Amino acid sequence: MTFTIDVAFIIKSIIILVIFGITLLVAMYSTYGERKVAAFMQDRIGPNRAGPFGLLQPLADAVKMFFKEDFIPAQSSKWLFILGPCLSMLTALMTSAVIPFGDSIKYEAAPGKIWDVPVQAIDVNIGILYVFGVVSLGVYGIMVGGWASNNKFSLLGAIRAASQNISYEISMGLAIIAILMMTGSLSIRHIVEQQHGGNWNIFYQPLGFIIFITCAFAECNRTPFDLPECETELIGGYHTEYSSMKLGFYLFAEYINMFVSSAMISSLYFGGYNYPGMDWVQAQLIGSLGEIAGHNVATLIGFLVFFGKSLFFVFFYMWVRWTLPRFRYDQLMNLGWKGLIPLAIVNIILTGGAILFLKPLVMSFLK
Amino acid sequence: MNFSNLFANLTPSTSIFYALSFLTILCGLMVVLAKNPIHSVLYLIATFFCLSGHYILLNAQFLAAVNIIVYAGAIMVLFLFVIMFLNLKKEDEESKTNLVKIAAMIVGGTLFLIFVAVLRKAQLGTYNPYSFDSQIGMVESLGEILYSDYLLPFELVSILFLVAMIGAVMLGRREAGDRHF
Repeated sequence: MTFTIDVAFIIKSIIILVIFGITLLVAMYSTYGERKVAAFMQDRIGPNRAGPFGLLQPLADAVKMFFKEDFIPAQSSKWLFILGPCLSMLTALMTSAVIPFGDSIKYEAAPGKIWDVPVQAIDVNIGILYVFGVVSLGVYGIMVGGWASNNKFSLLGAIRAASQNISYEISMGLAIIAILMMTGSLSIRHIVEQQHGGNWNIFYQPLGFIIFITCAFAECNRTPFDLPECETELIGGYHTEYSSMKLGFYLFAEYINMFVSSAMISSLYFGGYNYPGMDWVQAQLIGSLGEIAGHNVATLIGFLVFFGKSLFFVFFYMWVRWTLPRFRYDQLMNLGWKGLIPLAIVNIILTGGAILFLKPLVMSFLK
Repeated sequence: MNFSNLFANLTPSTSIFYALSFLTILCGLMVVLAKNPIHSVLYLIATFFCLSGHYILLNAQFLAAVNIIVYAGAIMVLFLFVIMFLNLKKEDEESKTNLVKIAAMIVGGTLFLIFVAVLRKAQLGTYNPYSFDSQIGMVESLGEILYSDYLLPFELVSILFLVAMIGAVMLGRREAGDRHF
């Protein structure tokens, strides 16, 4: 049996590894960023001892986490206790597979034959449903871990997480449906490509964006919706009994979720790797560097732009966390069921009406 | 029959099919056999995952994703939610008397017999591998079929869901004089 290694396979593997590594790296430095942002908002300095500007702080934290005593409570169910953080990490890392991080990389397979490899792990035609499915599984890690701890505070945290996630998933799905109606495709790459040339969905779906970002906050269990770990009522919520790296994985999964949902927000509503004037930049680069190199450099710029957008939303998460107080539980449920779901349905009706009546009107006006 | 031959002639998709089927049946059995209700629910979730794997093998990606979202993602979370609330940690052996066990065995055995009898006589349709449309499970073709050939049943099912939803809301509504929890 002979193995023929083709270049497309190698490029794809490198892309997947880079996406995976970047997700982890961003999550790692989000912990540092969070503390720096918190310090800035509270007029403190923040971590500044490990390395220049405290940049090695995440490494120090990781080492500390690994060397702490790993404790499993005697009355807990041991395997499920271990399974909880595993599931959390698994579901957090699975989502980034379908997000298009950039346009495509070109290379010459044979003289005169140029191939395109999209900068995306897998381009499935049900991309959004995949994301939605993985997001809906995200709650299992918390539920299993919270139940297995055999602690009433953990159990209350787990139950809160379950009901919160189910409630906010509905309005999240309804907000996405409005976008699907506009684009007519479930593939995230198609959705991003349709936003080319300044047609960002945020201009057409401002209400949908507000609903989506609110639900994203709730799905990531971030303040103001961090009731599963509400320390004033539940000690530590679902991870009360956890220690060492198992606790670390729970906390880390939250930061990965934050980055991935920021990437989703920027690709669904803010044009993904599109930026104003990208055609001009690409033409200039191709003119000066040649077709292949120019295209690849343009892809790299698009990737960096996408990255910048995502990091802005990661910052937005932190900004909100250190600005808004936590909701009360009944307020959270009222907002989800009586506020966001009717709003999302109104948004769908408005979008449908606009597609049916407004679009032909505007088109005839332009002609 | 020579077993080594059987394994050597497996194509990748057949071997995946057998592995998945084995896992599906194992998880399905564990749902029944597990003593702890929480473990049962977790095995049931694993069963749904295996079924989604089967859907993907059949090139029905949309069905696979929806199966995960609806069953594994929403309904099973509610199952787990309710069972966690009930706190059924100790098995209630005393509620299962011998009479109940024997009755359950007879009912289950009869059902199994009927299944086997029906499947033996069933005329399973064959398909032509050359004219078979492999894109039939994709979301575009599914949507076209649902909104053209099966429009009326589809709309009726939607109305059924709406009625069920309104019914649930009516049942759960707090009436005047009810206790606030």
